[in-house]
Amino acid sequence: MYTPQVMDHFQNPRNVGDIPDADAVGLAGNPVCGDTMKLSLKIVDDRIVDAKFRTFGCAAAIATSSKLTEMLIGQTIAEALTITNESVAGALGGLPQAKMHCSVLAADGVRAAVADYRKRDHR
Amino acid sequence: MRRIYLDHNATTPVRPEVLEAMLPFFRERFGNASSIHAFGQAARAPVEEARAQAARLLGARPGEVFFTSGGTESDNLAIKGVAYANRGRGSHIITSQIEHHAVLNSCQFLEQEGFTVTYLPVDSDGLVDPDDVARTITDRTILVSIMHANNEIGTIQPVEEIGRIARERGVFFHTDAVQSAGKLPIEVDAMYIDLLSISGHKLYGPKGVGAVYIRKGTQIVQTAHGGHHEGDVRAGTENTPGIVGLGKAAELAFIEREAEAQHLTQLRDLLQRRLLDEIDDIRVNGHPTRRLPGTLNVSFTAAEGESLILSLDLKGIAVSSGSACTSGSLEPSHVLLALGLDPQLAQTSVRFSFGRDNTREDVEDVMEHLPEIVARLRAMSALTVKQEKIRGSGFGVRG
Repeated sequence: MYTPQVMDHFQNPRNVGDIPDADAVGLAGNPVCGDTMKLSLKIVDDRIVDAKFRTFGCAAAIATSSKLTEMLIGQTIAEALTITNESVAGALGGLPQAKMHCSVLAADGVRAAVADYRKRDHR
Repeated sequence: MRRIYLDHNATTPVRPEVLEAMLPFFRERFGNASSIHAFGQAARAPVEEARAQAARLLGARPGEVFFTSGGTESDNLAIKGVAYANRGRGSHIITSQIEHHAVLNSCQFLEQEGFTVTYLPVDSDGLVDPDDVARTITDRTILVSIMHANNEIGTIQPVEEIGRIARERGVFFHTDAVQSAGKLPIEVDAMYIDLLSISGHKLYGPKGVGAVYIRKGTQIVQTAHGGHHEGDVRAGTENTPGIVGLGKAAELAFIEREAEAQHLTQLRDLLQRRLLDEIDDIRVNGHPTRRLPGTLNVSFTAAEGESLILSLDLKGIAVSSGSACTSGSLEPSHVLLALGLDPQLAQTSVRFSFGRDNTREDVEDVMEHLPEIVARLRAMSALTVKQEKIRGSGFGVRG
């Protein structure tokens, strides 16, 4: 039911964990099914230099979280904000239609982290 | 890779003896059981023999057993058939919150048709309180439908007590016995059952065939109209291979039930003990003792269910989950939520259901992989075991 890319990221997730001195932390959750993601970012000169995640969720949620961190590293904040759940799912070769809602977690995580970053007012 | 099947509550393989019994009815004995010629008559007698075999499993008379396409159709026929036939007497139906969707959605459909349905709660072990049934019956109540044993957690309901209450109040009593038939003793008379549903593929028979027991004198209307089949209760040419298969499966289940139940209980208890010993922060769902022999439902705090079953599947082990992500719906299992589990804890549940071919070696194999899988998922989880404990103080059990 899942693409090989999804299975790869599910079995070998990239960038799992926390960043102790993170510049931004975003929490996202699906209130209905309970899936939860924590995204930590290290940001230098408006550019994401490191990203780590923790996710409680299904394979689709874990794989999109993992793929998201790969996409984020090296991006500017402005670029990161263009990421959508469709773009993450697309980068994994797609998700089954019924599982698309699981990928929303990733896009929400980025927005939450950026909001946290701006709140901290880094200059 | 050695594959281990631990999902017998979902479906079972057809037993070789059952398949053997079925094969002639695809070939030389293909006749329509309703035809009066020799071809038809060669199929008629075996259908009636199957009816007697199914009746024996239920402690029923053969004339009160009718073949259907499966458990779902049996539930639909029993519930809608009794509801429509008794509309003049009343329009109230009582069921529980943890029924199979075949029952729940039939009841929800009837609500749209103007019927009133009470969905009784269950306690933290999944038991319906018979006193709740007694309190809820009114002079408008026409049907009580409470399952014999739950498919997800295995809890066995006090059907005899509920049946007696319904009988005393002149209300028909239906029980969905799809999971219990062949695993638990069933006596429709002693248990005051008026209608009962069973399915072929849950007891090593074929898919696409089931039966409904309807006590003589129960007012019911047919829901599929057509020719004069199955005592005018269920129209449609008899599925002779399926019916013969169901009959054979019922016969074998009746003979072997006790030994089989013992085998399943031993394996289930072994796995349960080892899980509790070797993995921290887990919760066994369902009643500790009043439970189907082979059913074990466990929540693994902070490790999500679909991720657990997918990880086990990669090791060749097939189980299922009450996680929303495996059901196509957004919400986790209605059964686990009805027990009072927090949705996030419900999301971590896995159901192991043993069958006749499972061995202790299968349990060993599960335990070789599962602790590692749980640890891996917990290590990447956004929830921590500790957080969950505080959040779900009392571990999500409703007071």
